[in-house]
Amino acid sequence: MATIIIPTPLRKFTENQSKVVTKGDTVQESIHSLTNVFPELKKHVLNDDGSIKQFVRIYLEDEDINVLDKEETKVESNSTISIIPAIAGGAI
Amino acid sequence: MIETLIESKLQERVNKLRPFVGNTPLFPIQRVFQKKGVKILAKLEWQQLGGSVKARPAYEIFRAAISSGELYPGKKLLDASSGNTAIAYATIGAKLGVPVIICLPENASAERKLILKSLGAELIYTSKFGGTDDAQEEALRLSEEDPLAYFYADQYNNDANWRAHYQFTANEIWNGTDKSITHFITGLGTTGTFTGTSTRLKELNHDITTISLQPDGPLHGMEGWKHLETAKVPGIYQPDIADDNWFIETTDAYALISEVAAKEGLLISPSAAANLAGAIRLAKTLDEGVIVTTFPDNAEKYGEVLKTLF
Repeated sequence: MATIIIPTPLRKFTENQSKVVTKGDTVQESIHSLTNVFPELKKHVLNDDGSIKQFVRIYLEDEDINVLDKEETKVESNSTISIIPAIAGGAI
Repeated sequence: MIETLIESKLQERVNKLRPFVGNTPLFPIQRVFQKKGVKILAKLEWQQLGGSVKARPAYEIFRAAISSGELYPGKKLLDASSGNTAIAYATIGAKLGVPVIICLPENASAERKLILKSLGAELIYTSKFGGTDDAQEEALRLSEEDPLAYFYADQYNNDANWRAHYQFTANEIWNGTDKSITHFITGLGTTGTFTGTSTRLKELNHDITTISLQPDGPLHGMEGWKHLETAKVPGIYQPDIADDNWFIETTDAYALISEVAAKEGLLISPSAAANLAGAIRLAKTLDEGVIVTTFPDNAEKYGEVLKTLF
């Protein structure tokens, strides 16, 4: 069980919820729990094989999961996972 | 000696900067894509003040605001931007002696932050979850809190943005191709480049086809681009100007960065590569034509992307 913070551009696919409580013991299970509840999110966050897309950054608390155990990083019931755009976005 | 900047001096300074904005070359793409009868030309927009296409709207926003009296000595220019516009504002602001305040998402790259600080810009960080949409809201809040302290440039809703491209970019393309351009294709961010350039090109020749490009989703790697379905749509956006709108995948754009470096000798940014991906897709559908796209900036500020590619 972890809480996932949804970035503004993705809230359109989570009925405008900014935080979602998910099931699972790892980051990957938590993300899949999120996309099961909100299937429209799937194509924006996950590749066809279920792995996390290259341009999506996932943080557990303040740490990028790439410096932890990546998708297999363990989560606790009070953990907070953040989905962050890889770039800050902007203007041409 | 303390410098007192009077309005006429500010006007004079901004006028003197005009020759350093625009007049960028059209570069023929000849080895990455070849097809008899079809040309792809890319406008090298980093070859101007501040190193990006944003010299154009930033300059025109400054010039128009100084001319109208909205920006005068003692006021600061305020806007939201994560990248090139902020750098262009800071560059021009430094030369004019106008302080610049930028609201930017805290996850903007360390390179951007360093460049902006070096140019003397004051930075106000906004949530890493909200992108430039949240940064816009913060800039608006600050400007409403103290309207006398700031000129809120509001690049997403300022007509000077698209007008810069209407007055200059389009005419440069028209003359640079000897009036032979048949297609214009470029990505959407503030939408200023596409809206201004396309509007003028269609006035010059209504048969010119204009195609806008967007990332294929809200989370992508094309710095500067907006996925309009999930973003705050800029007020200056005119969707009717586009004959078509296509979506580009980040992986396709990144693959082109390496190829263009190896075959064309240019190290281009992700958004430039994405524009080229669109131009090549278009070129494959044509028997003949002159396609023009823009390369908004080069790869100088994208060390983190280059590390993943080379």
